[in-house]
Amino acid sequence: MRIETSVRAVASPAAPPLSRPKGLWALLVIVVAMAALPLIASTYTLTLMVPFFGFAIALLGFNLLFGYTGLLSFGHAMFLGVGAYATAVLTSKLGVRSFELVLLTAIAVSALIALPVGYLCVRYTRIFFGMLTLAFGMLFHSILFKFYGLTGGDQGMRVVRPLLFGMDSAGGKTAFLTGPFYYYALGLLAVLGFVMWRIVRSPFGLHLQAIRENAQKASYLGVQVSRTRLAAFVISAIYGAVGGAILAVSIGLADPEMVYWTQSGNLVFMAVLGGSGSFVGPVIGGLAFVLLHDSVMAATQYWRFVMGAILVLLVIFFPRGIAGIAGDVVARFRKGS
Amino acid sequence: MAALLAAHGVSKSYGAFQALRDVSLSISDGEFISIVGPNGAGKSTLVHVLTGLLKPTAGHVHFHGANIAGIGPVELARRGMARGFQLVNIFPALTVRETLAVAAASRLKRIANPFRSLTRDREVRADVEEVADIFNLRHRLDQPASALSQGEKKLLDVASAFALKPQLILIDEPTSGVSTGDKHSIMELLVTAARKAGVRGIIQVEHDMDLVARYSDRIIALQGGAVLANEPPATFFRDPALIAAVVGTRPPSVPHKSAAEARPC
Ligand SMILES: Nc1ncnc2c1ncn2[C@@H]1O[C@H](COP(=O)(O)OP(=O)(O)OP(=O)(O)O)[C@@H](O)[C@H]1O
Ligand SMILES: [Mg+2]
Repeated sequence: MRIETSVRAVASPAAPPLSRPKGLWALLVIVVAMAALPLIASTYTLTLMVPFFGFAIALLGFNLLFGYTGLLSFGHAMFLGVGAYATAVLTSKLGVRSFELVLLTAIAVSALIALPVGYLCVRYTRIFFGMLTLAFGMLFHSILFKFYGLTGGDQGMRVVRPLLFGMDSAGGKTAFLTGPFYYYALGLLAVLGFVMWRIVRSPFGLHLQAIRENAQKASYLGVQVSRTRLAAFVISAIYGAVGGAILAVSIGLADPEMVYWTQSGNLVFMAVLGGSGSFVGPVIGGLAFVLLHDSVMAATQYWRFVMGAILVLLVIFFPRGIAGIAGDVVARFRKGS
Repeated sequence: MAALLAAHGVSKSYGAFQALRDVSLSISDGEFISIVGPNGAGKSTLVHVLTGLLKPTAGHVHFHGANIAGIGPVELARRGMARGFQLVNIFPALTVRETLAVAAASRLKRIANPFRSLTRDREVRADVEEVADIFNLRHRLDQPASALSQGEKKLLDVASAFALKPQLILIDEPTSGVSTGDKHSIMELLVTAARKAGVRGIIQVEHDMDLVARYSDRIIALQGGAVLANEPPATFFRDPALIAAVVGTRPPSVPHKSAAEARPC
């Protein structure tokens, strides 16, 4: 019964992300593919990829909360907004064009907002957490409209092209977005992806998963439930703000639409589409969403209907998302070989 | 010898209903105490009060001489008290290794830095494997808790409490819902584990009189929230009226020390 080593080598079915490094490999594959994409893809495709990088970063944060901690936020677009409006205010109102400074500001502001908001929200779970975050998201959206003079209300707020590492670039907007900014945003995704990988595989990340699985039991094993949840909330807000800053630059605008609750819904959609149960799933979901959105919108005016139908089918037939399907395919392939 | 844990005149009411009446008890170094009593006698309530989950309506509970009323589970764990639950209480999707690592990581204070590697943490790993060895869970280390058998789940619940390296451990019916054969092996493991892990005291709630007779140093019988008896098994099992009161509505077993020893396990 106890021939440990041999049994252990064979028996490790469906291990969660923590025990296997495949999530990092998958992320690396995506990053390398994206780095090579400018060699083959059209300019149009490349302009689609920049928002994908923004969403991917935001989704890595979103999923720390959703997939790992078990808290489904319906207000996460708020933090996209924090990043976007920080970018707009700094570049167009305050004349600060260094994107590094913009990012640092976005990070600081999002953390400052996430602390009190998170402090209130993480005391609740399930639908109550979702409703509270939704409410805060709506509140934030309405505040944007209240301060029309600063934020431009529904007009949004222009974003001036930022300096990357202090350097301006020649050429038009498209050249900037598909050239230097493309690689800059991709680099951010790679770095923040690696950092998130470290986080989810740390003892802290393990405590998050223990909280998701059984908060009461976790507390008796010394897990500081509220404090750990709050830390996850703040980290995910920071990732959201960085993603939002990238989105704002790619659109050239801090758009109130980006903060609206439907955008929070899109984040949930992307995470579920890709599979919130795996590390890289939401990133894949972000890519799939951007491509789907683009092609479905080009093909039919009923794109919302088509996207909704896809979500329904997915939840019913493939609850583990694209990453889950891919995992099954890989597993079957391995078994066959 | 100073008591590890002591309750003085503890009462607990749920609204108008009094679940515990003036309960006093203490456990000292090296003791294995069983709490017995019919359904609804207040056993779980007593465990909740002893572990600070519930505040007593009157009286107080001291652990290492300090009042523990309302200190909360995290602080309790830090001070060296751990508990298991009456119903199976696990992290279904986490592997056995991860489950044990949750406790080891809190005990070794690994949480402040969210970038710290868990997989390369030798101390956590050693802790985890030590506890897994004690509870015969080593061959299960990389399987999700949900894939374990019922008995193994109970074991994992208890093992994770042991991974805190507590001085005192309280377990509410460690063998409930487990087949008779497994019950004995769980008990054996518990006692061995306590010895190996340096646990200084065990308080368990147990219905199975065979197990109680066999493993306890002292038996505390509750009835209607009050202490009916507090004595070693040798005297406890000499009193048929007491046994009848404790077994309550449950089918009578053969709570006889020699009989228990004759039973194969
Ligand atoms: N939260 C509560 N609110 C009100 N009454 C409660 C509560 N918890 C327990 N009780 C009552 O207190 C009494 C003691 O309950 P307790 O769970 O401590 O009994 P027990 O001895 O553990 O029983 P069992 O053998 O069924 O586990 C019971 O009558 C129960 O109905
Ligand atoms: Mg009980």
